Amino acid sequence: MEQGIIFNIQKFSVHDGPGIRTTVFMKGCPLRCKWCHNPEGQVQGKELVTYGSRCLGCGSCVDVCPTGAVSIREANDKGSTGVAADNLGVAKPHARAITDRAKCIVSGACTEVCPTGAREIAGKIVSSSWVMEEVVKDRIFYDQSGGGVTFSGGEPLMQPNFLYELCTKCKEEGIHVAVDTSGCASWEVLERIALVTDMFLYDVKMIDEAQHVKYTGASNKLVLENLIRLSEAHADIVARIPIIPGVNDDDKSVDDLGKYLSTTTVKRADLLPYHSIGADKYDRLGRIYELSTTPEPTEERMLNIKESLEGFGLKVRIGG
Amino acid sequence: MRDRVARLRSASIDSVPSLSIERAHLVTQAYKEHEGKVPVPILRALTFKKLMEEKEIFIGEDELIVGERGPRPKATPTFPELCCHTLEDFEVIDSREKIFFRVDDNAKEIQEKEIIPFWQERAIRHKIFQEMSDEWKDCYEAGIFTEFMEQRAPGHTVADGKIYQKGFLDFKKDIENALENLDFFNDPYASDKKDELTAMSICCDALITYGQRHAEKALELAEKETDPHRKEELLKIAEICSWVPANAPRTFHEALQMYWFVHIGVITELNTWDSFNPGRLDQHLYPFYKKGIEDGTLTREDAKEVLECFWIKFNNQPAPPKVGITLQESATYTDFANINNGGLTPEGYDGVNEVTYLILDVIDEMRLLQPSTNIQLSQKSPDKFLKRALEIVRQGWGQPSIFNADVVVQEMLRQGKSVEDARSGGTSGCVETGCFGKEAYILTGYFNLPKILEITLNNGIDPRTGKKLGIETGDPRNFKSFEELMDAYRKQMNYFLDVKIRGNNVIENLYAKYMPCPFLSIIVSDCIENGKDYNAGGARYNSRYIQGVGIGSITDSLTSIKKHVFDDKSISMDTLLEALERNFEGYEILRQRFLNHTPKYGNDDDEADQIMVQVFNMFFEGVDGRPSPTGATYRINMLPTTCHVYFGSVTGATPDGRLAGQPLSEGISPVQGADRRGPTAVVKSCSKMDHVKTGGTLLNQKFTPKLLEGQTGIDNLAHLIRAYFRLGGHHIQFNVVSAETLRDAQRNPENYRDLIVRVAGYSDYFCDLTKALQDEIISRTEHTTL
Repeated sequence: MEQGIIFNIQKFSVHDGPGIRTTVFMKGCPLRCKWCHNPEGQVQGKELVTYGSRCLGCGSCVDVCPTGAVSIREANDKGSTGVAADNLGVAKPHARAITDRAKCIVSGACTEVCPTGAREIAGKIVSSSWVMEEVVKDRIFYDQSGGGVTFSGGEPLMQPNFLYELCTKCKEEGIHVAVDTSGCASWEVLERIALVTDMFLYDVKMIDEAQHVKYTGASNKLVLENLIRLSEAHADIVARIPIIPGVNDDDKSVDDLGKYLSTTTVKRADLLPYHSIGADKYDRLGRIYELSTTPEPTEERMLNIKESLEGFGLKVRIGG
Repeated sequence: MRDRVARLRSASIDSVPSLSIERAHLVTQAYKEHEGKVPVPILRALTFKKLMEEKEIFIGEDELIVGERGPRPKATPTFPELCCHTLEDFEVIDSREKIFFRVDDNAKEIQEKEIIPFWQERAIRHKIFQEMSDEWKDCYEAGIFTEFMEQRAPGHTVADGKIYQKGFLDFKKDIENALENLDFFNDPYASDKKDELTAMSICCDALITYGQRHAEKALELAEKETDPHRKEELLKIAEICSWVPANAPRTFHEALQMYWFVHIGVITELNTWDSFNPGRLDQHLYPFYKKGIEDGTLTREDAKEVLECFWIKFNNQPAPPKVGITLQESATYTDFANINNGGLTPEGYDGVNEVTYLILDVIDEMRLLQPSTNIQLSQKSPDKFLKRALEIVRQGWGQPSIFNADVVVQEMLRQGKSVEDARSGGTSGCVETGCFGKEAYILTGYFNLPKILEITLNNGIDPRTGKKLGIETGDPRNFKSFEELMDAYRKQMNYFLDVKIRGNNVIENLYAKYMPCPFLSIIVSDCIENGKDYNAGGARYNSRYIQGVGIGSITDSLTSIKKHVFDDKSISMDTLLEALERNFEGYEILRQRFLNHTPKYGNDDDEADQIMVQVFNMFFEGVDGRPSPTGATYRINMLPTTCHVYFGSVTGATPDGRLAGQPLSEGISPVQGADRRGPTAVVKSCSKMDHVKTGGTLLNQKFTPKLLEGQTGIDNLAHLIRAYFRLGGHHIQFNVVSAETLRDAQRNPENYRDLIVRVAGYSDYFCDLTKALQDEIISRTEHTTL
């Protein structure tokens, strides 16, 4: 049986394919999109996530850390420690755990003792049957709504054997499968997964290769070629286009996207307006969020883009 | 909405609740005149007659449906024969910040000089507290359970279709037949039956007189009326009121007026819990609607207008003034008339008809606290019906609520009702299943499930009052296993159920003996045939309920003990008890571990949910099937009204991490904030209890408006509900409002006067809720979208 690494299983997922779905988020991605709202899905290994506002400053984590990576720092101002409102008991209301990530080996010891769940590990190594056990719990909702399971990430194609086994098991269970992918994988991998997938949610970010490299860290050559090949073989594909102001929301980028999509057989596109919901997650991973000043696109602009793309014969929705 | 309706609606919303002393005065006069001279049922009938003959008749401007319980809208009577308010009570009722009723000096004077001297030692409430044992009183004061009948009469019943087939002249004939058929030689109860039937007959005449008085008043107003259009309307009202309630209604308008006279009759005779309600209104009205449309005497718009006028009448009748614990368990003006829509026909077909959709339009336009409304959703119901209802639900003010018609029928079948009777029943009050027009399904009080654990952990002693309330089940420090704890909990629970039911038996007999309700008995089958009063077991079916509160809190508390003390052995029982006693002061880290490192009910996690099932079954086994003195059978249901806040206020810190005094979990919902895996996981957890074994469960969910946007939002909500009902769920309802909005409403109530939220099985103005209840609603888990 295959094993893989996931970072979340989201139930009542209603924006990743038809009906009520469960989305399995698989960890690891070849891209580093600057707007990514699931940064904890990028690195394939386990990572430490810390929620500063939940920390009581109790020091339980310090005691168990095998490498001495955690220390308690007294805060200067009173308000900085969140939970510290009342009844703190032996906790120190003005203190907070600080992690030296260079020393941290992600043992997870601190997450087991942290009373408030202020420290978590993103990334859990699980077997395909463990995932299936969770997934079938909501079968009645899939049956009722025409929903199913969506494999997302990260990039699920980075774990091809694990994904293939999961898709196959879903098919055996009669559960509808969607794969939400960046398309950044070898054609062989994609082709094999397509055999056991009902639907692809396929990200297309931009056509200009240099821009793509600049904002995602990789070329889009493979992405664009794969979609053309996939669309010849596979009917049910929805192109998912994140709209990032200042990155791909100008007329030319939109026009290029439209032209490109008309060379495929893809008929539907979902526009995903940029939002900064993921920004806090960067902080929790000890990373810097580069798009902090990017605004959300206006409703008017979104409608505008929708109209342009409809001009290319696409059926376009705003939102997933 | 037509202008007339808009005017009536604003007038109803704007009128200030006041206390009317009229009823108390008339009742006292009737008792002074007749008490001791006639048998009790006839005394009650003569009292009803005096009220119907002498109470002030009110016909308001613009009204099409007439009849008020008090002398004007929201003038609310008292019921001194049940609860004789002290002058201090009147002060409190007048001056309290929430759920007040204005009391004038005249009322105070009459109360002092006439009412109090006569009733203070005769009122049922006085008798109850006199007859209850010390154990009962201690438990009652400690908040182990509440008592429904200490200020309000048994009610919990609903009209069926018979009042649209028969007028009160016809009922009178039925009563006379029953009188003629009495067998005084072979039936030892024949003479009691004669008294009861005679009383019913007097009540028939009394209601007919009440109708006639409205006809006269309408004629009188018509004579003075200068606007020819209104004059015509008043003449029509006069015509209708001289026909119903004496005769069976012939038109849509007459049908509604017929019901309304009956409604006023029921809620004036006594202050029955859950007022009263027309039940399956769409099915009852449909033949009248169809006929009117077909013969051209009715249009859809006219029908809607009369229905809307009818709606407003409910909103004019706040629940009678409550005090003390009864106020705390039900802190609302809402009087729980709950109109059913859709469901099944008695033959088992889909019951949705054109009037169903008309009523949904009315609900949408009215947005009133009263009446409450619900849809009965069967597998046979069309999606169009569900989705129309959800368009209203999505607006976020908590109506209509949604019930599983198929499970409601199954619940009644399990209790032994015939299948036709079951299908013509439904749900009333908050979520209570009943066989409309044929059953007395009387709620007797809430039961504090987590408090019993607190007492178990203290070996029978209530730490708050220091009294020994329970039995000695052993020092929990000596328990070797979780099973031993569960066993002790079961013993305590059964002991408290014994105390509660023993008290109930006394109270039930008091009502049977002193407070028959011959008017209500006319319209509930088979009181006439049995010659027996509704309050004495005369109905075809008789049930008594005890309502479990805090299933989420008790489950998470027990799971916490199981995991941390017995399974992981990470803390000792001694430490736990110490932490609870100190309300977690000095134990915040432990509390956080309980909150964050314990399986919780509401996440589709069997480790927690199976403990819920154990407690649920324990409660069911402790209650279900017990007999009552008038021949009823005990059942359980799971709903709190506002009692989860009151029970929380008397319960110390609990092992789930809840601090002392905080509200308990609401209905069968998970502990506020403990459900972290979304709504599908919540409904999966909730469906693990066997809803068929209850007479109603209550699940509220909170969604952000964004999650329900667009057609997809409605579709997904519809799927969620259908799936919950396929899993056997009884009821679900939604708040569609963000916590942010609610917090803003707390800060700036003046901007949110119209904000209505779902509380438990009913909706209320957010600004009318106590701060504790507002906070509790804010703290409920909010399902949102990313």
